[in-house]
Amino acid sequence: MSKIEIRNFNLYYTSLHVLKNINVNILERKITAIIGPSGCGKSSLLRSINRMNDTIEGVHVSGEINIFGKNIYDIGIDVRILRKNVGMVFQRPNLFPISIYENVAFGLKINRIHSKKNAINEVVEKSLKSVSLWDHVKDKLHKSALSLTLEQQQRLCIARVVAVASNIILLDEPCSSLDPIATQKIEELIIYLSDQYTIVIVTHNMQQAARVSHNTAFMLLGELIEFDKTEKIFTNPSMNETEDYVSGRFG
Amino acid sequence: MIKLSPKLSQKLSYLFLFLATILAIIPGVLIISIIIAKGWSVFFTLKFLTSMPTSGMLKGGILPAIIGTFLLVIISIFFVLPIGVGAAIYLNEYSKNNLFTKIIKLAIINLAGVPSIVYGLFGLGIFVIYLKLGVSIIAGALTLSMMELPVVITTAYGALNSVPLSFREASLSLGVSRWKTIVHIVLPNAIPGILTGAVLSTARIAGETAPLLFTAVAFYTPHLPHSIRDQVMILPYHLYITATQIPNMEENRIFATALALLIIVLSMNFIAIIARIYFRKNRKW
Repeated sequence: MSKIEIRNFNLYYTSLHVLKNINVNILERKITAIIGPSGCGKSSLLRSINRMNDTIEGVHVSGEINIFGKNIYDIGIDVRILRKNVGMVFQRPNLFPISIYENVAFGLKINRIHSKKNAINEVVEKSLKSVSLWDHVKDKLHKSALSLTLEQQQRLCIARVVAVASNIILLDEPCSSLDPIATQKIEELIIYLSDQYTIVIVTHNMQQAARVSHNTAFMLLGELIEFDKTEKIFTNPSMNETEDYVSGRFG
Repeated sequence: MIKLSPKLSQKLSYLFLFLATILAIIPGVLIISIIIAKGWSVFFTLKFLTSMPTSGMLKGGILPAIIGTFLLVIISIFFVLPIGVGAAIYLNEYSKNNLFTKIIKLAIINLAGVPSIVYGLFGLGIFVIYLKLGVSIIAGALTLSMMELPVVITTAYGALNSVPLSFREASLSLGVSRWKTIVHIVLPNAIPGILTGAVLSTARIAGETAPLLFTAVAFYTPHLPHSIRDQVMILPYHLYITATQIPNMEENRIFATALALLIIVLSMNFIAIIARIYFRKNRKW
């Protein structure tokens, strides 16, 4: 069963052809990794799934991305609802300079998902628990979010996404600013969350893709070269380019 | 040609740079110390700041001029803040980077360079005569707002621009609309910079005479203003007339008026500096 179907998808930045005819099916409650060398378009593809590319002047697209059978580039689509359902975690933790509590509650309050204080408190607690941060921060919920370590900040970013009831989480190199131990912990969290969420992770770290993902897409120069089970991509890929990349011959 | 040893030429250039610095601050120090020295005795007499002028302004105080100056700058800030911040939000958050936007930005920069007397004449034409506001507080305040606008837009634009892009991205990616992102995330983080800019531009115009000459000021008013349609006395103009238009004016009274104006302007600058230091210390990003 596939949740995100990308069909003949092209993305142009002014006259630059960034993504070339991408076709891929991303499965529900699985972790899909997108790998490839810098500039191959993996982040652009990821940001197309919640239309964050819309915010960049000069970007236009063709083709379809269907989420639950609905093309998110159709005219009647409310981008706000799309982005609520398809949450995103960025390279560097990008918390707001407000309290831990307010960071998680922000999306709930602004989107009026809940208005009662008790309901918000409940969701904040639940979200923080789901990223294993609750025990750590329950006594300092009203301290600044920026006082946390980078790893905790990244967890909090994920909690913020979980809180607005997303069911797809996009991660754009979420560990690139973390040390190896923090990276390992975030990877464990990603695996844990895949029970409930469909997860797409962009990474330049091949080992990370091998460790956490069920399926892997390999991209090169804006094209999707190969998409298959992670095991197969790393042990017995069908394409020469993929083999050259995963064996470290370039990239 | 005499050849200087490297050590000597080093010393001479150091001396020159040091003297240049001293020369640069001498006028400021002199102005402030002379004004204080000559003005303080009258300034601190009872009621100089709190009473009306009497005997053809030869006696009494400068209360109406102080009130006039404050009224004008405070009313002008009410016009300039919403318009200036609105324009800055449009330019920074919504406008596309095209020719139209570039022309607007260029126009704003040029507007800041228009001589103040030109603003005064423009204010006379549009507010006093065309809109029939007469020579009044409201016409003067509107003229001042036009003069402040470019400065407020530029500083507000800078303050909005310095809010990290990642804040906007984080908010948008949570399904928050662009407008709500601006209201709840961008503006709160830009407000310190916007307010500091507004206070500084207010301090600058508090000492202006030219834009108010034909739009707001009165040579002398026997009473305090009753409404925004009244004319007012203002400190810089009062200073000018007492110094040049009234015979037998006691010199210390002129300097005391100058001291009052100086204190108002410098304390506003001081507030802005303190606010900036405070906000910078409390800013976490």
